[in-house]
Formats: sequence, C-alpha cells, structure tokens
Amino acid sequence: MTKSATDARSVVVEREIPHPPEKIWRALTQPHLIEEWLMRNDFQPVVGHRFNLRGDWGGVLDCEVLAVEPNKTLSYTWNHTHADAAYNMESVVTFTLSPTRTGTRLRMEQVGFRPDQRQAYGGAKVGWQQTFAKLEQVLARTD
Amino acid sequence: MPNAPDMLFRTLADPTRRALFERLCRDGEQTVGALTARAGVSQPAVSKHLGVLKQAGLVRDRHEGRQTHYSAQLGALAPLIDWTSQMAGFWQSRFDRLEDLLKRMDQ
Repeated sequence: MTKSATDARSVVVEREIPHPPEKIWRALTQPHLIEEWLMRNDFQPVVGHRFNLRGDWGGVLDCEVLAVEPNKTLSYTWNHTHADAAYNMESVVTFTLSPTRTGTRLRMEQVGFRPDQRQAYGGAKVGWQQTFAKLEQVLARTD
Repeated sequence: MPNAPDMLFRTLADPTRRALFERLCRDGEQTVGALTARAGVSQPAVSKHLGVLKQAGLVRDRHEGRQTHYSAQLGALAPLIDWTSQMAGFWQSRFDRLEDLLKRMDQ
C-alpha cells in the first residue's frame, strides 16, 4: 500500500471468451442485452451520449460515451454521486476486444479518480471540455 | 511484496489463526498466556500463529516486562475491502453473466 491517496486507481479484468468480437460487441452495446448482464440502461453507441446505468440496489450511475470503435473499443464514464461527497466515484470504463484463434480476449479497465482530481480523468477529455467551455465564455465576454 | 489480499487470505485460512485474530478483534489486547488458555493449542503453537499474523500486519505486539501483549490491526484488512478489490469482484461476476448471456444468444 505504497500508493498515495490521490493516485488514480485502476482495475483490470481480462478474459478469454469463446465467442467472436462481433457478438460480444452486441452484448456490450444493445440496451436489452446490456441489461441482461450489467444493468438497466438507456445506452446508445454514440460518442457524447449521456445515459444512466441503474443497479438492482437502487444505485444510479451517470455515464457518458467517450469512445466507440465497433467490435474493438468502447469507453464511457462511470460516475456515482453519493450523499456523502467523500464516497463520490468518478471513473472511466474501457472495454477492449481483441480477436483470438478461438474467440475474443475481452479486457475491461476501470480507472477511478477522486473528485478533487476532476481535471485529470477521462483521458483529459472532460478537462478539455471544461477548458473549452470556459474559453467560449471568455470569448463571449470579449465580444 | 506479495499480493496483499493473497497474503491476508492465506494467513486467515488457518482456523486456529483466524480464531486468535477474531478473539483479539472482539476482546481487545491480550497476552500470549491469556490467548493460549483459550486456544486449545500449546503456547509455542500460539506464538507461532501470532508471528504469522504479525507478518501479515494483522496484529501488533507490545512488550511489557516479561509479557508480550498482542492487539488486532483492523487496518490490515483494508486491501480486502478497498475500491479496486470491490470493483474487480464486481466485474468478474458481471463477466460470468456476460458469458451466460453469450451462450444463450447462440440459441
């Protein structure tokens, strides 16, 4: 436990699955199939689409699609707002599918950041969005 | 350094050791003598188990005169309940469900 409390935390789960990437891709991107293995959702495979994942326990995750590369990569934010801010979770989930001789290697990486690291997460995507939003505000004011 | 959860699970897999740790959690700091009196094994065996628990960071010893007092270190259990362990367990179980679904999709 040498990691400092502010380090990004990452979880990797990898599995060889005896099914082709195209089929796994359907399970990862079609709402009625996502619901069967993950959670109820209003997912769409469109970058920028915001959706919720709703857990059986009543929890609701706020998500936004960050990357879609059919049959290869899917990435979205996985954020959870807790009544106690100390338990807020902001993370990015990325699925990577690689074809193998017998099927697919499916890799899931979840990288989490503490709320005070907001600027750092999402491969800086959100940071950039915020930066651009601020830039737009600044530009609007300088008109 | 070995994988922390692995080490904790291996350390607590032994029922005598787990019982010693549980007693320290429940009843607070105790001497080797007091622990031996209720452990059902010899004092050298108890000392050996306490040594293993100490190596895993699960107990701390404190010397006072000729007595050694042991106390439980609950913080050592953190790797079992931290975010990454929780999420890894979550995704493993979801991947199980995904594989079940993929089998059904064949039909």
